Amino acid sequence: MTDPLRIGVLALQGDFALHARALARCGVEPVEVRKPAQLADVDGLVIPGGESTTLLHLLSTWEFVPALERFHAEGRPVFGTCAGLILLAREVTSPAQSSLALIDLAVERNAYGRQRESFEARGEAVLGGRRVPVEMVFIRAPRIRRVGPGVEVLARRDDEPVMARQGSVLVATFHPELTADVTVHAHFCEMVRRAREGRAAAGGPGDAGHERAELDPAARGGAA
Amino acid sequence: MDELSGLRVADRKHIGLAEMLKGGVIMDVTNAEQARIAEKAGAAAVMALERVPADIRREGGVARMAAVAKIKEIQETVTIPVMAKARIGHFVEAQILESLAVDFIDESEVLTPADEHYHIDKFAFTVPFVCGARDLGEALRRIGEGAAMIRTKGEAGSGNIVEAVRHMRAVVGGVRRLTTLGAEELMTEAKNLGAPYELVRWIARHGKLPVPNFSAGGVATPADAALMMQLGAEAVFVGSGIFKSKDPAARAEAIVQATTHFRDPKVLAEVSARIDRQENSAMAGIETSKLAKDELLQTRGW
Repeated sequence: MTDPLRIGVLALQGDFALHARALARCGVEPVEVRKPAQLADVDGLVIPGGESTTLLHLLSTWEFVPALERFHAEGRPVFGTCAGLILLAREVTSPAQSSLALIDLAVERNAYGRQRESFEARGEAVLGGRRVPVEMVFIRAPRIRRVGPGVEVLARRDDEPVMARQGSVLVATFHPELTADVTVHAHFCEMVRRAREGRAAAGGPGDAGHERAELDPAARGGAA
Repeated sequence: MDELSGLRVADRKHIGLAEMLKGGVIMDVTNAEQARIAEKAGAAAVMALERVPADIRREGGVARMAAVAKIKEIQETVTIPVMAKARIGHFVEAQILESLAVDFIDESEVLTPADEHYHIDKFAFTVPFVCGARDLGEALRRIGEGAAMIRTKGEAGSGNIVEAVRHMRAVVGGVRRLTTLGAEELMTEAKNLGAPYELVRWIARHGKLPVPNFSAGGVATPADAALMMQLGAEAVFVGSGIFKSKDPAARAEAIVQATTHFRDPKVLAEVSARIDRQENSAMAGIETSKLAKDELLQTRGW
C-alpha cells in the first residue's frame, strides 16, 4: 500500500485542471480521464464543474455511463462539483435531464439565476466529525431541492444543503477548486484512501487487472 | 486562482465562469433554432449576434449589438451560458446586455467600434467580459481593464486559421518570454508591451495569463479546433465556421469532440471522417493575406 493514490479527473470539459491542481496539493497523483478505459487505473474520480449538457453529451458518446456505474459499484469514490453534482444526482429539474443517479438528491439547475447572480460565501462544513470553515464560490449553481434518507448533509448555506455525501459519493453545489483551501479535496482523498484499503482488505474485484480491462467499451468506433 | 490575490483583475466568480467553459466550444448563433442545434451538439456556451462575421464581412454596413428580442429568444431556448457582443467602447450596449443578464459580454472587433480611443471599463459591470487580443500587450491591457477571459482574435469570418495561429503563438510566446527575464527588465518590458507593470510581473512569476485564454477567428474544421488547443488555447470560439458550413449540426458535434480529444489523432480522424462525406462541406474561406488593410477586423481595438 505504498503506491501513491491516483485520482482521476473527468477531463471532457470544464475546470478539470483546477481540480487536478487541488488534488496534487493534497499529495495525490491526478490523472486526466477522457476515455472510460482510463477509469481502470484510478482509485477515485472527480467530476468537475463545466456545462452539464456538454458533459452529458460527451459521456454518452464515449459510453462512459456503464463504466461509471461499475466504478461506483466497486466502491471507488466519486466527487462531483456543480455540473458534476448535476450528473450524479438521482433527479434533475429545470429542465429535467438524465443523470447517473448515484446519490439520492433532487437538484434544480441554474437555480440562483444567471451569471449576474453568481456569488461567494463563507460557510462551515462538518468533515470527519470536525467543523471546518469552507470558502464557497457559487457559479450559475444548482440548488439541492430534496435530500434522500441515506444522504448526509455536510454543509449548509442559509439552512440549505450545499454539500452532501452518500456512501462513496461526495457532492458540492459550489467550487472548492477555485480557492486555495484544499479542505474538501483532502476529505475526498481520505475517502479514496479508505476505500482502497477496504478493497485491498476484502481482496475484492477492484484491483484485478483483467477485470479492469473490461471497462473499455469494444464498440467505441460506432459511437455518436 | 488563489494566486490572484492582491492583483486587480476581474472577480473570482467571473474568472471562475471562464474556467468552467474550458475544454469547450462556444458557438456563434443568430436565432433560437441555431442555439438549439449548438446546445444539442454539446456547445459549452453560445454567442448571440445579429449576423455571423462572414455575413458582416460580405454585407458591410455598421455591425451592432444583436436585437434585444433575439437575445431573449436565445436565452429562453437554451440552458447553457448565453454571451452577446457589444461594440468596442460602447458601454451603453454593454449596460443593456448587463440588464438582460447575459452571462458574458464580448467587447468585440467583429462589430464596428464605437470609440476609437477607449475600451469599456469592465470593472464597472456585474457581468464578466471577454475581449480579443493579437498579442500579449493587447491581452494585458484588456485584463487590466477587467476582462475575465481573453480570446485571441484571429480573423473572424475568414474560415482561415492562419491569423488565429499567429495570435495564439504571439500570446503564448510572449508569456514564455516574460518568464525568462530578470526582475530589472520587467519595467522596460511593461513599457514596450504597453501593459500594466503588475500584470507583467505576475506573468513573469507564474508563466501564464491570470485569466483563461481561448481562441477565436478562423476555426472551420475539427482539425483547426484541435490545432488551437495544442497551441495553448483553453477553449475555442467558432463563429461562421458552423452555420456557414453545409452541415452545421454534424460539424458542431465534430468540433466539440475534437476540442475534448485534441491530442488524440485517432479520434480526430474519426470525427473528421463523419463530416468529410460531403465534399467541400466546410465554409469556403478567404486568403487573409489578400485582404486589404481596411477589410481586416483584427486591427480594430488596440
